[in-house]
Order: sequence, then C-alpha cells, then structure tokens
Amino acid sequence: MSKVKVFAKDLNLYYKDFHALKNANLDIQANKITALIGPSGCGKSTFLRTLNRMNDLIEGVRVEGAVCLDGQDIYDPKIDVVNLRKRVGMVFQKPNPFPMSVYDNVAYGPRIHGIKKKQQLDEIVELSLHSAALLDEVKDRLYKSALGLSGGQQQRLCIARLLAVEPEVVLMDEPSSALDPISTLKIEELIQVLKQEYTIVIVTHNMQQAARVSDLTAFFLMGELVEYGVTTDIFTNPNDKRTEDYITGRFG
Amino acid sequence: MRKYTDRLSKWLSFACAGLVVILTVSILYFISSKGLATFFVNDVSIKEFLFGVRWSPEPSSEQVKPLVGSLPLTSGSIIISFLAACISAPLSILVAVFITEIAPGWGRKIIQPTIELLAGIPSVVYGYIGLSVLVPFIRNSIGGLGFSVLAGFLVLSVMILPTIISVSTESLRALPEQWKHASYALGATRWQTIRMVLIPAARPGLITGIVLGLARAFGEALAVQMVIGNVRKVPDSILDQTITLTSAITMDMGYTVMGSLWNNALWSMALMLLLISFFSILTIRLISKRGAIR
Repeated sequence: MSKVKVFAKDLNLYYKDFHALKNANLDIQANKITALIGPSGCGKSTFLRTLNRMNDLIEGVRVEGAVCLDGQDIYDPKIDVVNLRKRVGMVFQKPNPFPMSVYDNVAYGPRIHGIKKKQQLDEIVELSLHSAALLDEVKDRLYKSALGLSGGQQQRLCIARLLAVEPEVVLMDEPSSALDPISTLKIEELIQVLKQEYTIVIVTHNMQQAARVSDLTAFFLMGELVEYGVTTDIFTNPNDKRTEDYITGRFG
Repeated sequence: MRKYTDRLSKWLSFACAGLVVILTVSILYFISSKGLATFFVNDVSIKEFLFGVRWSPEPSSEQVKPLVGSLPLTSGSIIISFLAACISAPLSILVAVFITEIAPGWGRKIIQPTIELLAGIPSVVYGYIGLSVLVPFIRNSIGGLGFSVLAGFLVLSVMILPTIISVSTESLRALPEQWKHASYALGATRWQTIRMVLIPAARPGLITGIVLGLARAFGEALAVQMVIGNVRKVPDSILDQTITLTSAITMDMGYTVMGSLWNNALWSMALMLLLISFFSILTIRLISKRGAIR
C-alpha cells in the first residue's frame, strides 16, 4: 500500500455564487501519477488549483473543507503560501517561460529561494534541464531568450524551471494541450520518468493520455468527483454509469 | 449613398493626415532655415555657439564681435531635466507598480484619475506654487536665493510624473498574467515577482515612459523659468541659479528683430531643442524595436 501524499476532505469551492467543487474527497498517492478527467467546466482544473492555492489569485473564490499535504492542512491560516507553492509546483496549460534567457528561467526558482553561488546555480540548471530532457537541445543557447524555443521545448523548460525548486508534488494543468503530437509524446515520456521522484497530478482533456500515462484516474462531472480508482479499472470496468458514458464518448 | 460616404471619409482622413505631415515638415523647415542662419549668414562658428559661455549678441564698444555662447542654456536644460527624471522615474515606476499590482481596484479607480488630473494642471500654476512655496522654503531652510536648480528640477519632477506613470502603468498592465502566475507557482513572493519578472519584462515600456518624461522636461518653459532665477551661467551647485533653453527663448523673444543675429541665435536654440526631442524619440523607437525582437 503506497503512501498518501495529499488528500482532500469534504472540499467545496465557490466562485462567488457558483458552486464549482462539491464535497470532493480524494487521496493522492505518493510517486504515482493521478489523472483528473472530465468534460470542460467539470471542476478538474479548479480542483488541481486548490492543491497549491493558485485559486487564491482569483477574486471571489471561497474554499471550505481541507486539503492536507503530508497531513497538514494547507488552508490553515498559519500556513505560508509561498512555502506551500515551493513544495507543490505547477505546470500550466500554455507554456509560460519568462522573457529571459533559458538559463535565467531555470535559475529563477533557486534564486528566489536564496541560492546565489554561480557554481551551485550552474549545477542546478544543468541537472534540471537534464531531468526535463531538454539539455541536449538547449545547451548551445543557454544564454539566449527562452521565447525563441518551440512550444514543446518551452513546456519542457517550464518543467525544468519547476524541477529546479525541487518540489514534492507536481501539478500539471493540461500540459500538452497546446502542443503537437511529437512534443506531447516527449512530455508524456518525461512524466513517466518524473514519477519516480515526484508525486504527479495531471489534468487532461485527452482520455487516451490519461489511460497512457496515469496510475490512478479521477472522473469529475459538474463539480462532483464521480469516480476514482486505478486507471485500468476506470477505463475497462467503471462502476458508475456516468463514467462509462463519458469514457465511451457518449457525452463530453 | 454608402459608397459615397465611404469614399468621402477616406479622402477626408487622407487630407487630414496630409495636413499634419505638411505642418510638421514646414515647421521643421522654418526652424532649420532660421536656426542655421546663425552659422551660415552671421558666420558664428558652431563650436562657439555650442560651447561658448558668454551671451552678448549686441556688441558694445569694447567688444569686437557678438557672442552667442549657449552652453549655460543647454547645460541648464540638460541638468534640470535629468535631475527631474532621476527623482520622477523611480517614484513613477513604484506608483505604476502600486496601481497595477498592489491595489488594482482603487488604484485604477482613484489614483489613476488623480494622476491624470495632475497632468491637466497648467504649467503656470506649477510655477506659481514653486515660486510661492518652494523658493521661500529653499531660501529659508537650505540656503541661497531660493531661485535655484533645486527648485527647478523639483517642480519639473512633479510635472513629468503623470507622463511616466501613465506609460509605465500601461506597459505593466500589458504583461501577460501567465508570467505572474508562473512566478507565484514557483513559490515567489509578490515583491520578488514584481522585481525579478514584471519590471524586467516591462523594461522597454518603462524606458519609453522615462524618455517621454525627459522630452516633456526639456520642452517645459514657463514653470521652470519662474523658479530658476534665469542667470546665464553654468551652475556650480544645485542651489545656484541657472537658465534653460526654453526659458531663454521666451524671455528674449520679444526684444529681438527678425533677421538679426540675436533673433537667429534664438532660433538656433529652438533647433537645438528640436534635435534633443528628435533624439529622444529615436531612442524610444530603438528601444521598443529591441524589445520586440526578444
């Protein structure tokens, strides 16, 4: 039995009057890949964003219930959000490298967390780019703008930038939806490698992707967590009629 | 019918655009022809005009030839404008950060209209406030006559605030949200995000704002003229009196005869101002182009 890294308990989230997450209870296991699937607007991205409190940036959001990371409630007023986001990092739907060099993008995280020594930064940058399977492609242009990279490279750079702060949990919000099939494949291979060291939660629109990469799958519908289980079970033998309808393409 | 109004509006806008171009070109031509006459008609050397410090365009008995050294005026303009920008630029950028990042709600609703109001105050009012508040204050608590470089650039720094703030605010606001989110998601604090991501990303826009503020500072005549004492010398300290190009032009304009050396020299000073703003605009263009390539 593997360890539970993060769990949500009776989690409710409201955007002003809109009830976006209804009583979600979900255990996310360490060193596993958990996929969140469901139609647009079902709350899967919202749920993902509750895990590192990125919803705090949106006005009018109210959260009830608890999300615990290693047993500690991250919505506790005493918690340091900055430190939380260092432990629970995020990769966004659209690649969003900073308008600076490849090197500075990756070094940004370590720098804001107080690492100043050039040699140490060099090591972190190299290691992170290597872990994100990008080093070979960018080693000759480390000091050129990151905005000149292709979309797929930019997304892997964003992953490298995240790995440089050594998070414990990596959240991915449809990380390959803006990418071509080959770049998507590279990202998926990367996710497989990363799970050895990180706990990964990935939101995806693409059910084949969920089936290909994840160990566990959660199906959301209209703010409700309908079904959660081992990916192969969800896709071959769902318990709930709605899950079956969705994965067989009857709606969504 | 619609076809005709369409055609009419096209010609109308074309004519207006043409008129503006003609106006600009004729002003340029007029100023250049007058301003260059100092050198080609009155045979004053350019070096003497640029670096001379003595101003005596109507020779008296003991003086061999007229002197139109404009160094005190140019240096006065440059010193006062740059000092004003040094005060105003950091202040403006921090205000812009406050409006866009720290208090976007009432920043936009209250602070921004207030700053726009600041831009609408006539320069004579700024000069008058400077004259009746700042000049006595400097005289009494710091020293000197009160009419000084210090008074000049302080008044000017307030006057260029709105320009720099509004351009900086726009450039910060135009940054995509995703950079901010990426930074927060890496565990950055708000201040780190502002300092290390947003301000560097907005840099071309911020520099544009500062250069526009500088250009406005160079062009301002009245308010500065009222508080700097208008003594034609290169200032030794910020409590010294000095004069600017614009101030000298407005003061002497009424006393000169068209076509005289004195009059031509004033036009040369106007040409000088034009060149300074031209180079400012050129700098902006170069910077924004470099920003786009990144």
